Amino acid sequence: MADPKSLYQEVILDHNRKPRNYGALAQASHKAEGHNPLCGDHLSVALNLEGEHIAAIAFQGESCAICKASASMMTANVKGKTRQDAETLIQEFRDMATGQIDIDKQAHHLGRLTVLAGVRDLPTRVKCAILPWHTLHAALHSVADTSTESENDPMHAPLGDA
Amino acid sequence: MSASQSALKPRPASALDVARIRADFPILGLKPSGKPLIYLDNAASSQMPQQVIDRLVRYQTTQHANIHRAVHTLSEIATAEYEEARRKITRFINAREEREVIFTSGTTEAINLAMHGYGRRFIGAGDEIVLTTLEHHSNIVPWQMLAEEKGAKIRVVPVNDAGELLIDEYEKLFNARTKLVGVTHVSNALGTVNPVKQMIAFAHARGVPVLVDGAQAVPHLKVDVQDLDCDFYAFSGHKLCGPTGIGILYGKAALLERMQPFKGGGDMILSVTFEKTTYNVIPQKFEAGTPPIAAAIGLGAAIDYLSAVGMDAIAAHELDLLDYATDQLKRIPGVRIIGTARDKAAVLSFALDGVHPHDVGTLLNQDGVAVRTGHHCAQPVMQRFKVPATSRASFAFYNTMAEVDALVAGIRNVQKVFS
Ligand SMILES: Cc1ncc(COP(=O)(O)O)c(C=O)c1O
Repeated sequence: MADPKSLYQEVILDHNRKPRNYGALAQASHKAEGHNPLCGDHLSVALNLEGEHIAAIAFQGESCAICKASASMMTANVKGKTRQDAETLIQEFRDMATGQIDIDKQAHHLGRLTVLAGVRDLPTRVKCAILPWHTLHAALHSVADTSTESENDPMHAPLGDA
Repeated sequence: MSASQSALKPRPASALDVARIRADFPILGLKPSGKPLIYLDNAASSQMPQQVIDRLVRYQTTQHANIHRAVHTLSEIATAEYEEARRKITRFINAREEREVIFTSGTTEAINLAMHGYGRRFIGAGDEIVLTTLEHHSNIVPWQMLAEEKGAKIRVVPVNDAGELLIDEYEKLFNARTKLVGVTHVSNALGTVNPVKQMIAFAHARGVPVLVDGAQAVPHLKVDVQDLDCDFYAFSGHKLCGPTGIGILYGKAALLERMQPFKGGGDMILSVTFEKTTYNVIPQKFEAGTPPIAAAIGLGAAIDYLSAVGMDAIAAHELDLLDYATDQLKRIPGVRIIGTARDKAAVLSFALDGVHPHDVGTLLNQDGVAVRTGHHCAQPVMQRFKVPATSRASFAFYNTMAEVDALVAGIRNVQKVFS
């Protein structure tokens, strides 16, 4: 098992202290709420699509450091990207967090997001890291509400060609 | 022990030989996270001493057969051991009769049994059920299901900022439609010990029966159901150094006899034809199917173990741990203790400024310290104290002051990581 200390690296602590893109968007074309009833994490993601590009994105909510850092890094990463690129990242992030891809051996576009890979060894924390990504997925599809426990949870639904 | 607290609550010094007791618990010597285990999650489930493990092995290797069914010797032995366990539990909680002690799979099933057997028969449209803010979800949800089915109403006793029930408000909730009170003896989220005896007397004066959720009380205090005069009392084996999958519903015989069965099947009947089934007498009426025989016998052995250690000595040692831990945590800036009732069991819920409980739990685990983080299946308590979740250290008689020190050091480390 990986040293859990590696999860609380300076990058993560820094994003937790000073989350990027934190707050509300004046007007959003897409948004969604995400919550994890098991731990009370709750956040909302709002974005503006211009054509196929994510022109603006913001999040806010109440959550643990892992969730907040994941959300902060996510928004920084997908801003300016296309909807398709964002969906690819969502898929890859989910695969990394659940240990389905080996980030050292397989190709991916995760870049610095790999500092969050340590959650795959902490089953109870995987959902904390994935929640922002689920919520982004829901926002892109304009699903009003998402939950890590509900039936229409994107975690249990095919992400790929939606 | 903290001087301030002990001045408030003078008690004889604890007389437990904790080192000797710890040697009975094999799991306490392990390192599940890589560091020596400091197990402070006893309110979720306690650990099992070798004596209980051995009893389970002896039953399974030499005494197992189905019960109440066959004339062969092995079945008679298993039946006798199962009923002996019921006798031990009857004595342990001072029930009048063995038939008042029903084996269930745990507290949750015990409360569901009371809901189906009593609630569905005696509670109807417009009737009211009084619960408290401190209830575990297992003493909320079954009653909500009943209220929805019958058109009954749930009234909730509020708490003050210390996490103590407001008894004046409790008394004001009663009216002619009040049909049942459900109250937890000890809050699993905050540790509050509720004045259940006084609450029961008040309800009885108005003809209202009371169900007490004793899941967190039985492991830590001497419980006497006759002295409390409760109508129902529910608890779980696994919080009592016993196995999972076993629990108890105590009910007054007169009530149990008027109740309808919860589950249908074998053992709960006297005779069956396709025209008519005659139900068995209590407690068998409520024990349909093959019960968890080994777990029941294991629970009997756990009660033997706890009785030998002594419930008074257990309570005294746990309160020493609570006082010491409370005092230590109060000295750490940025720590807020949630649940400061005057009468508390050894549960310490806390919040750390600027750090989410899940991060606290993951970092403490790195030091070997096992605590629970989350809403503790008591979301109304979290809402009342305006926190999404808390971290909770809960102590058992095998915990030590040195383990409290490790908790405190762990919390300081969490603060350092997040500073
Ligand atoms: C106060 C209280 N009631 C009920 C329960 C439910 O017990 P079980 O899960 O063993 O049925 C618990 C255990 O978490 C509890 O603490």
